[in-house]
Amino acid sequence: MSTSTTTSRTSHESVGTAQPRRRGPSNRALLVAFLAYVVLVVGAFVYLYPFVIQIATSFKTDSDATGNPLSLVADPFTIAAFERLLETRFPLWFANSVIVTLFVTAGRVFFNSLAGYALARIKFRGREAVFSAILAVLAVPGIILLIPKFLVLNTIGIYNTYPALILPLLVDAAGVFIMKQFFESIPVSVEEAARIDGASTFRTFWSVVLPMARPALITITILSFQGSWNELPHFIVASQDPELATLTKGVASLTSGQLGSGNQFPLTMAAALLMTLPVAAVFFWLQRYFVTGGTAGAEKG
Amino acid sequence: MSTVRTPSEASATTGTRPPEGPLRTSKGRFGDRNAVGWLFVSPTLIVLGLFLFVPIVMALWVSFSDWNGRGSPFAGTVGFVGLDNYTRLLTDEGLTRSDFMTSMRNNFYYVLLVVPAQTVFALFLAVVLNNQLLKAKGFFRTAFYFPSVTSSVAISLVFLFLFAGTGVVNTGLDLLGIDGPIWFADSRGLLHLLGDGLGFWDAGAPPAGLTSTSILGLSAWQWLSGPSVALSVIMMLVVWTTTGTFMLLFLAALQDVPVEVEEAARVDGASRWQSFKAVTLPHLRPTMLLVITLGIIGTWQVFDQVYVMTQGGPGKTTLTPAYLSYSYAFESGQWGVAAAMAFVLFLIIFVLTSLQRYVLRDKDEAKDRKLERQAARRRPDLEARRAHSTAVLGNQQSGGGSL
Repeated sequence: MSTSTTTSRTSHESVGTAQPRRRGPSNRALLVAFLAYVVLVVGAFVYLYPFVIQIATSFKTDSDATGNPLSLVADPFTIAAFERLLETRFPLWFANSVIVTLFVTAGRVFFNSLAGYALARIKFRGREAVFSAILAVLAVPGIILLIPKFLVLNTIGIYNTYPALILPLLVDAAGVFIMKQFFESIPVSVEEAARIDGASTFRTFWSVVLPMARPALITITILSFQGSWNELPHFIVASQDPELATLTKGVASLTSGQLGSGNQFPLTMAAALLMTLPVAAVFFWLQRYFVTGGTAGAEKG
Repeated sequence: MSTVRTPSEASATTGTRPPEGPLRTSKGRFGDRNAVGWLFVSPTLIVLGLFLFVPIVMALWVSFSDWNGRGSPFAGTVGFVGLDNYTRLLTDEGLTRSDFMTSMRNNFYYVLLVVPAQTVFALFLAVVLNNQLLKAKGFFRTAFYFPSVTSSVAISLVFLFLFAGTGVVNTGLDLLGIDGPIWFADSRGLLHLLGDGLGFWDAGAPPAGLTSTSILGLSAWQWLSGPSVALSVIMMLVVWTTTGTFMLLFLAALQDVPVEVEEAARVDGASRWQSFKAVTLPHLRPTMLLVITLGIIGTWQVFDQVYVMTQGGPGKTTLTPAYLSYSYAFESGQWGVAAAMAFVLFLIIFVLTSLQRYVLRDKDEAKDRKLERQAARRRPDLEARRAHSTAVLGNQQSGGGSL
């Protein structure tokens, strides 16, 4: 592990030293850069246009949306779609998603770091076996658990309750893995001092180690927030009570004819827009953590 | 896997910190340490055990039973039916097998096209973005990555609008003088259309030789359909949403490509393309394999988009095993068969990914020592990335958010 860290560090340094040595870019290099821009601009258009059209359409009338789907200007401009959305169960779905996401995120941050810390630092009997079991869990494809999860929720009698929505999501093996890796990178001497002062293991963990783990905690927070906010299959199998529908499940039902006749594209676009906003806000706010979140493993080695 | 080490052994292998310290010297504290350790991991173990291990065991039982969804699956009235549910999927003539085989066919074409497309696009975007002369890299990286973090449900709704009969795409095609299909109602297979266009066959009157040959409940003609027009919209959506994440993985790997070797190759007269092929690509190999593995795992589990956009239609051409399993269980109460489908799907994913890992391992041994050393150096990276990316992607494309 330490070998790979050193090698990647060396190559990073050599990237840094190579740059000042480089002479001015040749014409060919400029041409290549120009072509790269063309590709990127076309690509960015393809990637962003659907979001732009989504925003524009949510402010259109039904007939404008069907008649001028390409237009990026709503004419007439109306917030009727949002008003109608408020008359549906959308506010309830939104509230349910907020509740579930808050509990799941808090639970994952706490339990993942507890387990990650124990696996990284406490040399208890059976530690290796526990870690292997958690790694094995990562290999189970989530979708095959749909039916099984329903069976358990039903058997233990919490089907159609909030706990059914929350409990199974409360821990994730990948999060434990990320936290373990992070704790291993913190120098052990910091904890030794606290322990010599007589602090208990939990106190050491809570007031000394955890505050140092801020970047990893933010990564876990983001992954959990995004994961539970966007989760669909689990909510489908965990309840059928309309009162417990979350945003994903509720908004998905908007397509299956619950709105009566017509496409009502402005309404569905408004729903899609509103459910994207919280994730988008977190994304733009904590973007650098998203990016490291996606590739942290690569840097950790 | 289940090697239980004594504490002293474990600390000897980890070896990063000195064996002294208050917790390690006093023998009486070892007991405490065990208790605290287990206490710390117990919430994780309880949740994973209760909602992962137990469910799998229960579902395994259900897949061998005739449980119909009423009461407890362990009640005395529920019968053990042996392999019946599995044979209904794989060998017995009937609707169940033809549904399952249709879903396998659909998903096979889906994987076959989506995995290469997302890998190639992601690599392409990463290489372009890695150009040192570029400004505003952050903007483009954000633009390409953003779809990956948004909800599959929201994106599916947007695509329903884009590809509606008189939606954005068809209106755009209209301007170019092309009459676009009614995407979500179009069950015609792309291979059928392609063969028709090339004059191999008439899609309206397929060759009798192909329609009369039946393989596993579907005619050869049906097997050869390719993805339907409707399914191809879902494929476009998924390529569009997953490329960003894979691009980030490739970008991270590209940062590590030794610049001096690349420069040396260029000085020696290698063209840009040659140095890319000889230096960059081999370096990216572990990432490439990771991306393909994640792609295979994700694409065999496609569910959300089918649930929101097509519910398996038109003409069952967007049925996938994951969705079929869900609908057999929750809509028609055939829990045994549905559970059996889930296990067959698991087996497929397991076999494909193990096969791929095996191929990777074999090739590494065949390569020269230098590559071997390099590969050995990369593998811890690979494991970490795999684990981590499963976290990211599990949430995004496979619906395995609970893991």
